[in-house]
Amino acid sequence: MTLSDLQLFEVFLRPRRGLDHKHVGSLHAQDPAQAIEYARDVYTRRGEGVSIWVVRSADIVASQEGDVEPFFDPLDDKPYRHALHYKLPNSVDSM
Amino acid sequence: MSRDESTELKHFQDRIDAEEKVEPKDWMPERYRQQLIRQISQHAHSEVIGMQPEGNWITRAPTLHRKSILLAKVQDEAGHGLYLYSAAETLGVSRQEMTDALHSGAAKYASIFNYPTLTWADIGAIGWLVDGAAIVNQISLQRTSFGPYARGMVRICREESFHQRQGYQIMMVLAAGSGEQKAMAQDALNRFWWPSLMMFGPHDAASAHSAQNMTWKIKRQTNDELRQKFVDQSVLQAEAIGLVLPDPDLKWNAARAHYDFGEIDWNEFQRSMTGGGPCSRQRIAHHKQADAEGEWVRAAVVAHDHKQAAQLSTSRG
Amino acid sequence: MQPSTLDPLTTYTVRLGDDALVSGHRLSEWTGSAPMLEEELALANVALDLLGRARLCYGYAAERTGQGCSEDSFAYQRDCRAFTNHLIHELPRGDFAFTMARQFMVDCLAVPFLQGLARSLDSRLAGIGAKCVKESRYHLRRSTDWMFRLGDGTEESHRRLQSAVDELWGFTPELFAQDALEAELVHSGVGVDLEPLREPWLTAVNQTFSGAGIVLPALDWQVDGGRQGLHTEHLGHLLSELQFVQRAYPGQQW
Repeated sequence: MTLSDLQLFEVFLRPRRGLDHKHVGSLHAQDPAQAIEYARDVYTRRGEGVSIWVVRSADIVASQEGDVEPFFDPLDDKPYRHALHYKLPNSVDSM
Repeated sequence: MSRDESTELKHFQDRIDAEEKVEPKDWMPERYRQQLIRQISQHAHSEVIGMQPEGNWITRAPTLHRKSILLAKVQDEAGHGLYLYSAAETLGVSRQEMTDALHSGAAKYASIFNYPTLTWADIGAIGWLVDGAAIVNQISLQRTSFGPYARGMVRICREESFHQRQGYQIMMVLAAGSGEQKAMAQDALNRFWWPSLMMFGPHDAASAHSAQNMTWKIKRQTNDELRQKFVDQSVLQAEAIGLVLPDPDLKWNAARAHYDFGEIDWNEFQRSMTGGGPCSRQRIAHHKQADAEGEWVRAAVVAHDHKQAAQLSTSRG
Repeated sequence: MQPSTLDPLTTYTVRLGDDALVSGHRLSEWTGSAPMLEEELALANVALDLLGRARLCYGYAAERTGQGCSEDSFAYQRDCRAFTNHLIHELPRGDFAFTMARQFMVDCLAVPFLQGLARSLDSRLAGIGAKCVKESRYHLRRSTDWMFRLGDGTEESHRRLQSAVDELWGFTPELFAQDALEAELVHSGVGVDLEPLREPWLTAVNQTFSGAGIVLPALDWQVDGGRQGLHTEHLGHLLSELQFVQRAYPGQQW
């Protein structure tokens, strides 16, 4: 019987300065130091990142499928939060 | 099916019909989940097992340039396996479970990798044809309905582009080389052509999962559609370097605007799938051995981490 | 292409190329056999760095030699007696502990060596040093981590690592031996003086060893001869595999 897997980590890369870290995938490692090194070896071979974050998958808190309606729908019916809601004369519309 | 479930199923299908992605936390039919786990994990297994026939020539690559290219290519295949295992894990299966299924034979992998690499030209043929076939399939899969699988495929396609080119370039140089080299290339082509066509799976009519997979947009094009695309592109590629595809029935069909080609030997396909291929047992045995030999290393990693954690809590406590 | 026909600087460069090629080749043998998938990618990166290093060195040596010489002339057209790598690199890869113990001890020297090379008065060697030291810094980080994980892991990993260190120790003094050719190049500011690197290396290695619970072996025996082409029996087999295609089909393009 083989040993069970090492821990699952999620990997985030900042492709270059000025951009956010983006989720690129996951990998197995035991500790964060090993996870960062493996992330470097697995996910940045083509210069895809200047900065790496790794997080244990178990530490990620995610919104649930059941949350979708109460979390997101009430935010969807307030058009006055968006610029397009406000009609202005063409001459000043660039604001 | 309960009232709630049938509503869920309708939302699920609507989402798919609208070309929206299904993400891991979404409700999905259990068969969709199982089908994806099967397909993604077998795709991953294929990448990893595929490292063996090509890895077989790294130590013998005939120039330092080719050696580096091949090592980088096989490294990419390991990475592809990894991305795919990651995608499958979002569906609730662990990498260990998938590895166990590979070892027991419950999970399959592309039978093309059950063929041996006998000459350097085989490396060219594999890059040109096997990666070529994989690319045709993978480009289509970039639009698959399951988000993590689609994103994994985009990443893989980006990396895969050099794989086919380097293989074709090997064949190009051999075909323009000495008589022995040209013969080596033609021989490799002769051995890998039909198995490459088999990579696209059975004819649509004979494919068990096809219809459902198309409805759920796991699959975007049929086996035969993809296979035809591959044949059409390969004929031109072979002509360009003066090699002959080993199919006497290959002929341009003006009415269809495609190449007609000969019938695949489905017995050979079955044989290679069910352990009759020359390297079938060797591939799994090798994978099992590497896994077994790695166990003490993985155990050490875990033990070390536990010791570190214990020391940390002792010093804090 | 016998070493005696090359000028000292070229000979020196080829030595570095041989070290890199043989060690890179040994690492590449792990393909498909690594203890986990992530480690496959990591090992391949180190191997690719070393192959790249070999190509840089051989490429420079080929330019200096002329006569239609290429990087592949050095890798594929010389027999065992013409290779000048240190013996430690040609030993078979062994188990994972052996590979990482060797990698660690070599990396520990590679970093200061390449820092020194980056200051060489020969601008090409300096360029090679500056580029490659970044790679070796990463290699050293990885191999050091593995020394701790294996040394302070399980009883089995510890036993394997200690055994690996015991087997390898006698091959390390050769890493610091300098012959007249190298002494002359050091004197002219082109080569790296290995003598001042010995003690710091020993201290650094010992520090990691003790952190990993590894006992420093007594130096009961030591082997050398690599720079003079006096190799172990392993190199011949390594070259048979490496050079097979070019030897079987001589004079062709690939």
